[in-house]
Amino acid sequence: MNRRDFVGLTGLGATALLLPSLPGFGAKLVDPSRLLEPGADTILKKRLADAALNAAKSAGASYADVRIGRSLNQYVFAREKQVQNIVSTESYGVGIRVLVNGCWGFASTSVVTEASLAATARLAAEIAKADAKVQKEPVQLAAQQGYGEVTWKTPIQQSAFEVPVKQKADLLLAANAAAMDAGANYINSALFQVNEQKYFASTDGSYIDQDVHRLWPTFSVTAVDTKSGKFRSREALSAPVGLGYEYLTPSATEQVRGPQGTDTVGYKLRYDILADAALAGKQAKAKLGMKSVTPGKYDLVLDPGHLGLTIHESVGHPTELDRVLGYEANYAGTSFATLEWKAKGLPYGSKEVNIVADKLQTGSVGNVGYDDEGVKTKEWDIIKAGKLVDYQKIRDQAHIVGQKASDGCCYAQSWEDVQFQRMANISLKPGPTPLSVDEMVSKVDKGIYIAGAGSFSIDQQRFNFQFGGQLFFAIEKGKITEPLEDVAYQSNTQEFWGACQGSCDQRDYRLFGTFFDGKGQPAQVSSVSHGSATTRFNGVNVINTARKV
Amino acid sequence: MAILSQTEAQDILKKVLSFSTADECEANLNGSLEGNVRSARNSISTAGAVDNVSLAVTSYFGKRSGTATCNQFDEATLRRCVQRAEEIARLAPESPEHMPLLGPQNYLSSPLSYAANTAAITPDYRARQMAASMQYCDTKKLSSAGFLNDSAGFVAKRNSKGLEAYQRFTNLDFSITVRTPDGMGSGYAATDFTDVAKFDAARLTAVAAGKASSSLGAKAIEPGKYTVILEPNALVSAVDTSLLGALAQSFDARAADEGRSFLSKKGGGNRKGEKLFDERVTIYSDPLNAEVPDLTFAQDGRPQQRTTWVEKGVVKNLYSSRYWAEKSGIPSLPNPGNFIMEGGTQSTADLIKSTKKGILVTRLWYIRPVDPQTLLYTGLTRDGTFYIENGAIKFPVKNFRFNESPIIMLNNLEAIGRPVRLGGNLVPPLKIRDFTFTSLSDAV
Repeated sequence: MNRRDFVGLTGLGATALLLPSLPGFGAKLVDPSRLLEPGADTILKKRLADAALNAAKSAGASYADVRIGRSLNQYVFAREKQVQNIVSTESYGVGIRVLVNGCWGFASTSVVTEASLAATARLAAEIAKADAKVQKEPVQLAAQQGYGEVTWKTPIQQSAFEVPVKQKADLLLAANAAAMDAGANYINSALFQVNEQKYFASTDGSYIDQDVHRLWPTFSVTAVDTKSGKFRSREALSAPVGLGYEYLTPSATEQVRGPQGTDTVGYKLRYDILADAALAGKQAKAKLGMKSVTPGKYDLVLDPGHLGLTIHESVGHPTELDRVLGYEANYAGTSFATLEWKAKGLPYGSKEVNIVADKLQTGSVGNVGYDDEGVKTKEWDIIKAGKLVDYQKIRDQAHIVGQKASDGCCYAQSWEDVQFQRMANISLKPGPTPLSVDEMVSKVDKGIYIAGAGSFSIDQQRFNFQFGGQLFFAIEKGKITEPLEDVAYQSNTQEFWGACQGSCDQRDYRLFGTFFDGKGQPAQVSSVSHGSATTRFNGVNVINTARKV
Repeated sequence: MAILSQTEAQDILKKVLSFSTADECEANLNGSLEGNVRSARNSISTAGAVDNVSLAVTSYFGKRSGTATCNQFDEATLRRCVQRAEEIARLAPESPEHMPLLGPQNYLSSPLSYAANTAAITPDYRARQMAASMQYCDTKKLSSAGFLNDSAGFVAKRNSKGLEAYQRFTNLDFSITVRTPDGMGSGYAATDFTDVAKFDAARLTAVAAGKASSSLGAKAIEPGKYTVILEPNALVSAVDTSLLGALAQSFDARAADEGRSFLSKKGGGNRKGEKLFDERVTIYSDPLNAEVPDLTFAQDGRPQQRTTWVEKGVVKNLYSSRYWAEKSGIPSLPNPGNFIMEGGTQSTADLIKSTKKGILVTRLWYIRPVDPQTLLYTGLTRDGTFYIENGAIKFPVKNFRFNESPIIMLNNLEAIGRPVRLGGNLVPPLKIRDFTFTSLSDAV
């Protein structure tokens, strides 16, 4: 209902209405074949970048970087028996960031010529100078080596853009049919495909050419009981991945069965959309007659497709240094994990909790070689044996925590947006000793097994949260007994992670992910994955969410 | 380049349509100039500018359609754009829900949606406004984080059936969060205007600063059902899901008819005509409202006009696609661009005076759906929550998590205050009894 959103949608037609938060929204719709055309070559991009960097320096910049971006997206949408929409977009342009008189300035243009880039660099400098007059805290930028001319590409086997559109639409229609045959009344399915061709150059002497691919097949099925007026839904158990179309090739070795008695299946680096849709149709229908949960304290056994979202909200965001310092105070909030809090050595969780940040993990949607300010990516510890040991930070923050280098987690959703700190993949390490999910369940006296991500909400300092899920099963005396509904759990971040009793081993480890993690003003989205194995938390407060209206 | 006049825009669109060989063709031209500045820790953190104009052409052959866009407007580029749209249309699958394009429409005139003052904003103006805000907080030894974004733009439409539309608009949004140095107090204020002449960053910052200072020393009180006064920022947000926004967006006829909405009726059909809310609840949309002027046409070209969604608690209308309206024989109403909730004349202070025991809520945050069947949402209070006793604020309280449905909320209405503009809508403060808080939060 915000008028700016409405205005942004006007002109893109019905396509745009389907997903108002798509990052490719500002992009231009194009012929699908255009997505296979090569972009500008690196020789041309280097020449353009140098024109911008030279203009920035002439305008007084002590540092400047240029991002020449070409974002290609294709979204295929299907509803029941029809293809609802196929959207192919291309966005090409340049964002220029300059540091003048200790103040950042940023401007972008879709006119990619040397003259336009020089003018855009001067505009960025003009903005920086205007703000520098009222600026009190000059930017301090951590030193960064120039890498010269380097390249990086997501390790994919088959680009999703090379697969004929009809084949992709037919796959979604087959998934829809599988869900409807299994008992669903309605289904919406979608396949998101992203290719970011990113060229970064800076006055440090880096010229970095990257080819980033991401893919996300997903759906939502709904079952309706017209007589009672009740309806229930079940979402796909897929994850957004940093893989090619090979993700949609089913593989038995990439499937992980849930505990006995749940009839759930999780997926690693290969996804069987037809099997998942059929199961979703059956499970959505079954949800119409499930027992409503009795509220109280339960031991929770959380599968990775669910726990990833809890990790995201209760560990990923509070350990972003920009939030800790107050840069997000007007929007997404700050963090309980302040510098003072960390200095006291307070426990974040139990000794079973070991969490790493990384941008290197194959298959994750946060996997890149270099970030958007020219820093090579890495893996580092965030929580070790329950203690917070480090934050996530970028170049202009490192000095605040006495460090000399960025962690490489700077990102902008497109060339036309300014880059800033975004979350790296934040993952819980699996347990060090062999433990299957059935073995974990066998030791729970009164608990609930939860699979899939549902409703989620956390306060602006990341203390109090509430999470739902897709599928819930009661555990009594070591066995799954019956499915439940109306389940949500509430906890406090430290209490929750303090109640962590450990995880299953590497065999159960999987990725959860999102394409649309929002932050910043103007708001931007980014993609991030969270890995974990099934993990147990003792004595968590479960509420019953059923209401009558 | 970004703000084309009606004549300039329509000349481009006429040329585009003259190149079409399709059964039907429509063209949309959008442009905007935007600028922003962001601050944190009483210092500017980022600032930027965006200039964008884009043409989208959609061609139709029978039930097949294709869209292409461009942002260059020479004849050769326009011709290529139309050709590409036609190529895509020929390859596209037929849509069983295709509707023929609309012919000429009568649109209301809304000159108030554009203000030259706002279109003339410069980087220096933004820096000065933000400096005034930061300076206020420096003086009071408080820390602020704010965001100012302004835009001026236009939308133009034309199709081969004779439909023609054009409108300019401007907007300025400003929001500010002020925190005490120890991080134990926080206050928030937000505003938006079509005409920047009404804007004063320092004045709004003072409101947020007052909330921050008075929220120090918050006490914990038991969660449970309380009478609450929800300020407009707790009901509608430009940056988050909101309780009233979620309600207003749920009046879709198709979802209701298909059985997947709180407006679905047992046994089939929808609940249009039923009294679902307190009789003091009236919600409508109006693109000509002087406080919240809006576009007078929808994305698909249908006219936007004053439309009542809820009148005296009764659901009066549902919106739908043109396809669903025709299929189900209901009025063809587009989803609205703004919403206006009727209110009274009382201020928030007046509502507090009339409250024996209750909670004043400044803002709600991280609001997410829990159950679409009952429209149940969860979220938290933020940036100033206060306990009221005998008509006065007694002390600040710690933040709460709520689990509540706007349907239940608008049946538990005690009083409605005077509406104010927020996010392009008019929203009154509301006093609600038995609002459900389910747990406490230590967040400030």
